[in-house]
Amino acid sequence: MKYIDEYRDGAMAKKIAAAIKAEAEPGRDYALMEFCGGHTHAISRYGIEDLLPANVRMIHGPGCPVCVLPIGRVDNAIEIARTPGVILCTYGDLLRVPGSKRASLLKVKAEGADVRMVYSAADSLKIAQDHPDKQVVFFAIGFETTTPPTAVILKQAKALKLNNFSIFCNHVLTPSAIRNILESPEVRELGTVPLDGFIGPAHVSTVIGSRPYDYFAEEYQKPVVIAGFEPLDVLQAILMLVRQLNEGRFEVENEFSRAVTIDGNRKAQAVVAEVFELRRIFEWRGLGMVPYSALRIKEPFAQWDAEKRFDIQPLSVPDVKACECGAILRGLKKPADCRLFGKACTPESPMGSCMVSAEGACAAYWTYGRFRQSNNA
Amino acid sequence: MCLALPAMVKELLPDDQAVVLLGGVSKEVSVALVEDVQPGDYVIVHVGYALSKVDAAEAEKTLALFAQMSATAAQ
Amino acid sequence: MTLTRKGPAIDFANGRVDMTHGGGGRAMAQLVEELFVAAFDNDMLRQRNDQASFAVEAGRMVMTTDGYVISPMFFPGGDIGSLAVHGTVNDVAMAGAVPIALSASFIIEEGLPLADLKRIVQSMAAASREAGVPIVTGDTKVVEKGKGDGLFISTTGIGRVPAGLDISGDKARAGDVILVSGTMGDHGVAVMSQRESLGFETTLKSDSAALHTLVAGMVAAVPSIHCLRDPTRGGLAATLNEMATQSGVGMMIREARIPVRPEVMGACELLGLDPLYVANEGKLIAICPAAEAERLLAVMQAHPLGRDAAIIGEVIPDDHHFVQMETAFGGKRVVDWLAGEQLPRIC
Repeated sequence: MKYIDEYRDGAMAKKIAAAIKAEAEPGRDYALMEFCGGHTHAISRYGIEDLLPANVRMIHGPGCPVCVLPIGRVDNAIEIARTPGVILCTYGDLLRVPGSKRASLLKVKAEGADVRMVYSAADSLKIAQDHPDKQVVFFAIGFETTTPPTAVILKQAKALKLNNFSIFCNHVLTPSAIRNILESPEVRELGTVPLDGFIGPAHVSTVIGSRPYDYFAEEYQKPVVIAGFEPLDVLQAILMLVRQLNEGRFEVENEFSRAVTIDGNRKAQAVVAEVFELRRIFEWRGLGMVPYSALRIKEPFAQWDAEKRFDIQPLSVPDVKACECGAILRGLKKPADCRLFGKACTPESPMGSCMVSAEGACAAYWTYGRFRQSNNA
Repeated sequence: MCLALPAMVKELLPDDQAVVLLGGVSKEVSVALVEDVQPGDYVIVHVGYALSKVDAAEAEKTLALFAQMSATAAQ
Repeated sequence: MTLTRKGPAIDFANGRVDMTHGGGGRAMAQLVEELFVAAFDNDMLRQRNDQASFAVEAGRMVMTTDGYVISPMFFPGGDIGSLAVHGTVNDVAMAGAVPIALSASFIIEEGLPLADLKRIVQSMAAASREAGVPIVTGDTKVVEKGKGDGLFISTTGIGRVPAGLDISGDKARAGDVILVSGTMGDHGVAVMSQRESLGFETTLKSDSAALHTLVAGMVAAVPSIHCLRDPTRGGLAATLNEMATQSGVGMMIREARIPVRPEVMGACELLGLDPLYVANEGKLIAICPAAEAERLLAVMQAHPLGRDAAIIGEVIPDDHHFVQMETAFGGKRVVDWLAGEQLPRIC
């Protein structure tokens, strides 16, 4: 597969890994956060951490929109799904996310609610057209990569005057999340959680461009390297970050230049700006209330806003006690630090989003990395 | 929500749609979010939508950079 | 003058299954006669008893049963009928046994087009003939519309284990070698592509096939094979984990050695699936002592259903019973059990 296989070449990986080992200064610790869930998955799936020297550590950030979706919003979606006459369309990742009382969309489906998995936002629009007697709701989540497709179907719904269709919008913004992590008290204080640099998200960046990261590099003096999705991209980005840190630089570098430009995808940005606006504040699981971090549907499209159509009340539901998702999402704790990990909380019975989403730090560690505990034991 | 793949545009269809090819598998996706797409171009596809074009020249440069950077290591 | 009364001819072209076909009366007898018996056609069925009676050689028997509920019923490379034959023949074969006979039970939803039923039954008959394993007894029931997903088929198979074989999931030992008989993920992807309207440039079909002749050759050449299993639901990953747990061992496999067709890789990428977890219906996993591995591989590769056979790893001691995999990178990861159904990733 072109543009995929070349970036997965094992021999080259070993070379880059050797370079990282050679350049990481002994006695110095490099704590690098990969923000994007897709990167977490790539790191786990390819066992990239095995190739890194001990003083280069990867911290898994909150770039998984499933992981940061608060329980209250899951409960809202379940409530919508339980409404008679509704077909709730959702991406596969959301089906097993636990809401309150261990309910989930999958369980609600077993109870008889019409919950359908879609691969594409466009599928939900088609379902609405095929079922004029039903109310079809699309459960929209995602960072800036996934937002433009939702914007496209929202415009299409209006153009088609489709009155049995609405969108439950939970789109969130990457720069706000990064700022929130960098500003958290634990991170700002030196000596608590040192966070030396970021691997910038791959496909979010194709949409927003590399410019938005300049602010972070300057303001917080941390290097950012935007990395492509394949394992060689990630390894290369790690090498580039190590170099920047050694040289005392804090710049935005773009490793994913084959798909990311400074400006990003203007067309996609324009479509999003046409239909969405910023929410003043939005709750993120694990990060709490984050200002100007999420989107809602603009007034001219209010007719297709599920929150208005179903009169959705904001619910603030606390996480399960002892669940450390919040700390893990910020890179403060590791999955093994959580009392529930591997006992009450497993992929079969997830207590929190970090375990239910395949990219969540806990699921990734459980699924791919648990053996390290036993090998080291 | 990052899973996105580079696929080759095989054929353009009406209504901002296109057929893309990946490893011998073809799928219909939307190209409503990209401009100037021609058969033979590679696009990054995410949840059924092409989000950007892959710049072939930059792709080559990146691969060359891998080789170069790892070669100059340990100096 | 004929004294027996035959009902109206069954309209296989345009008719549908209705409740009378399961009622035990003449309509059902006619359907059984004209469709099932005609298609499966063998001495035992022709006796028209509720049971099939036959003599067996002394020895160890195996018996297995499986339900087939696949949707869509027709997919590239097969259908629910041929699958029902292959799957159960394979389960018998995985004990090293020679399959003797099958039974087939049909639970049909009212309204199923008779043309579909006929196509499926004939496909089953063809699979059974090709495999040389007769369907000797069966049953038909019809349930009301809405109470069944078109058609459910359940097949039970029996077989006889040749002397000298002791093949079981708990026999894997540290040092053993793990082999697969061919490419992984073909069946699941063929079925899913149908559902998700993915097109394929080259025809990707289900690998559904009866493996008993492949197995016969394998056990004849290497009677000391420890384990055999076909990686159906849950794919290679689930099956290896099952055997690791049963045998109380760990496993180390190498990603680069696992054969996967490029179209399957592409489809899995597009759908967000991992080929290790995708179902196969015409492949097997074999675990044998290291000394016999090369010989076993050669025997497998010489058979049409084992041409792409490969050694993929080995059994290692491990109290945690992990199945570990060395990635193409030289990194390592665990290949875990599947949690529930594999849901396609978008992320």
